[in-house]
Amino acid sequence: MISKNFTTNLYLGSFLILVSLIDVTLNSFFKLNFTNFLPGSISFFLPLILGTIGLYLIRSDYTGLKQLDILNKNVNTSNFNAVLTLLIIFLIIKAIPPSMSWMILDANISGDSREACTGTGACWTYIKVWFKRFMYGMYPNELHWRINAAFILVIVLGMAGLLATEKLKKYLALYYVIIYPIIAFLIIYYLISGGAFGLEWVETGAWGGLSLTFIVSFFCLIFCFPLGMIFALGRRSSLPTVRYISIGYIEFWRGVPLITVLFMSSVMFPMFLPEDFFMDKLVRVIIAITLFEAAYCAEVIRGGLQALPRGQYDAAKSLGMGYWKMHIFVILPQALKLVIPGIANTFLALVKDTPLIFVVGLAEIAGMLALAKTNPEWLGFAMEGYIFASIIFWIICYAMSKYSYNLEAKYKTER
Amino acid sequence: MNNKFKRLIPQFLTLLLVVLIFGFFTLNAQVNMDNRGIDFGFGFLKQEASFDIQFSLVEYDGLDPYWWAYVAALLNTLLVAVLGIIFCTIIGVIVGVARLSSNYLIRNTAAWYVEFFRNIPLLLQIFFWYYAALRALPLPQDAEPLLGVSYLTIKGFYIPAMIWENLNIFLYSIVLAIIGIIIVRTYARKLQENEGKQLPVFYISLGLIVILPLLSFLVGGVSLDFEIPVIKQLSITSFTYEGGVGLPPELIALTLALSLYTATFIAECVRAGIQGVGKGQKEAAASIGLNPNQILKLVVMPQALRIIIPPTTNQYLNLTKNSSLAAAIAYPDLVLVFAGTALMQTGKAIEIVSITMLTYLSLSLAIAALMNWYNKKIEIKEK
Repeated sequence: MISKNFTTNLYLGSFLILVSLIDVTLNSFFKLNFTNFLPGSISFFLPLILGTIGLYLIRSDYTGLKQLDILNKNVNTSNFNAVLTLLIIFLIIKAIPPSMSWMILDANISGDSREACTGTGACWTYIKVWFKRFMYGMYPNELHWRINAAFILVIVLGMAGLLATEKLKKYLALYYVIIYPIIAFLIIYYLISGGAFGLEWVETGAWGGLSLTFIVSFFCLIFCFPLGMIFALGRRSSLPTVRYISIGYIEFWRGVPLITVLFMSSVMFPMFLPEDFFMDKLVRVIIAITLFEAAYCAEVIRGGLQALPRGQYDAAKSLGMGYWKMHIFVILPQALKLVIPGIANTFLALVKDTPLIFVVGLAEIAGMLALAKTNPEWLGFAMEGYIFASIIFWIICYAMSKYSYNLEAKYKTER
Repeated sequence: MNNKFKRLIPQFLTLLLVVLIFGFFTLNAQVNMDNRGIDFGFGFLKQEASFDIQFSLVEYDGLDPYWWAYVAALLNTLLVAVLGIIFCTIIGVIVGVARLSSNYLIRNTAAWYVEFFRNIPLLLQIFFWYYAALRALPLPQDAEPLLGVSYLTIKGFYIPAMIWENLNIFLYSIVLAIIGIIIVRTYARKLQENEGKQLPVFYISLGLIVILPLLSFLVGGVSLDFEIPVIKQLSITSFTYEGGVGLPPELIALTLALSLYTATFIAECVRAGIQGVGKGQKEAAASIGLNPNQILKLVVMPQALRIIIPPTTNQYLNLTKNSSLAAAIAYPDLVLVFAGTALMQTGKAIEIVSITMLTYLSLSLAIAALMNWYNKKIEIKEK
């Protein structure tokens, strides 16, 4: 199969590729440059040129050597591809030493003061010292158990639906739409805020960090979903007044940026409330985000409603069902199942939007970072802080998007 | 009669609810404003603003009225939006095409790029670029020149300024070239439909767009000079650059973050669009003898664009709305200048927040209307 000519090419090509890789690796890891007798630019491009020639020499349609065929098929189909492949590999090799030394080798994590950070790399001590603040905000340290307990309770109650027996299953929707939000609200209110049952009162200004992100996104999700459903139905309604009001609502909220909505909630909304009526800033923000996200939710749900075949409506009507009966028992269960991935994406966007509450003075994780950054004892560690927060958000959002892909795949097969 | 009645009641109730909510709010607002001695009105727009805007595209100083501050801030917002849209389109198309590459490494690098930048909140990305990455740039006195003429420093990006003479003649020549191209294209299409002849439209267009502006330089008296930034010492430790255009670091951070973030969504749109064109289409086109270029231009792209453009416009809209995050790093955009500084100074919360929201709303609705019009134009006309 392999001609003798090609065998020579193969050896020569492999040798050239090896030389180019060794050159770049030595250069990157040990700062050695064994081609520095050549003029600057040639020395710089030499590995790339050698590697490209090498890949050109080993390129062949079919050789019978399994590994070589896989290599050729996947990264070496043309000269252009070969150059790109080499560039990516070189970039990775070049990026490893500086990032490794910054993040791990020259970094510090021991100690609990700024003096511990002596290395040239990252100062993870900073993250360690501030960790509790990033998680819980200015919430008193000895009361953190209350936040943890509240979250565990809410999650356990949320999972309770999975245990429902056949008999109870028909009440599940009722539980999740009405009972669960109320219970969750009460738990979070009484456990985290306190003020009753002998628990110390902690004002919402002290709440913060990642736990605030969770609280805000949790409440916004459970409230925006039913609201969005109402507006989705409204937009599909045959009653002109209802339809136009719904369209107006949806298009209005979708047309403005969240940041202006938050501004509205903090400076304009108090003007619209009765004089002696005080509403907490956090509550106002939650209402604002809920109204905002409900519009997006409504559009997603409308997509599901439109995707249902007309026959479903006709069949329900022919059974003598009225508007509400038809929607509750026939249309919505099917439509909502269709839009689960879309809703998951809306929720993802919601979680990514929560750091914005920082602009109205709620110290969510981005706010805590800004606070820590300007602390005179800890100046100059912005990079570590933002990398830490980015990793946390990345994990949360990536997990959610993967989960929504799974849901999408799961429900696709069922139809 | 009964049926009609049944339809009227819910409508009436909804309307009543909306009117009641609005009435309640208006009443409260009136009472509150009376109590605090604030009156409602837009007269403040003509008053002197007496605050400064760090960076603006138009001439502005503190003596100008509020409405002029509004215009300056709106232009800053639009500047970021336009820059972001240009860059995110370039990055997005490249990454989207790269995700379909036959090369394993490129495909996966592109996929990781998308997964990475899409899943980190935009605000954190803006903060990262502004407070962490751009702070690592050199001071003005230590900056190395890029291409010999521009300097990337911690205080901003200094690039050469263009000094035009007879700019209007140059612009006319470009307009003329575009008109010429349209005429040539129409003529070529007619020629092809009637006689089956094909003109090298692309080369003619290229020639027109190059030659006409070139002529304006040679005979039209147009000239272009570059003013290169020069370092200048303000005090012993403080340096800056004079001449040229200085782009503030806020603008750079914002443009970077917005375009890198939005590009991930555009990449997904592009990928979906190209994948959405069936394989059979390409095969059918090849079987009637079109060459690969023609297949791409006449068969694949028109169909892919139909899928790509609506969600992409949506992303442009999102980018424009997200540019309001500028307020978080003190880039003087509409939200910071108008809903921030101007609101603080005048205390006209309702008026100012409404104007700001209405501005964004009309931008959104305008782009949405444009998109609907375009959608109608390119949608498949079934007979």
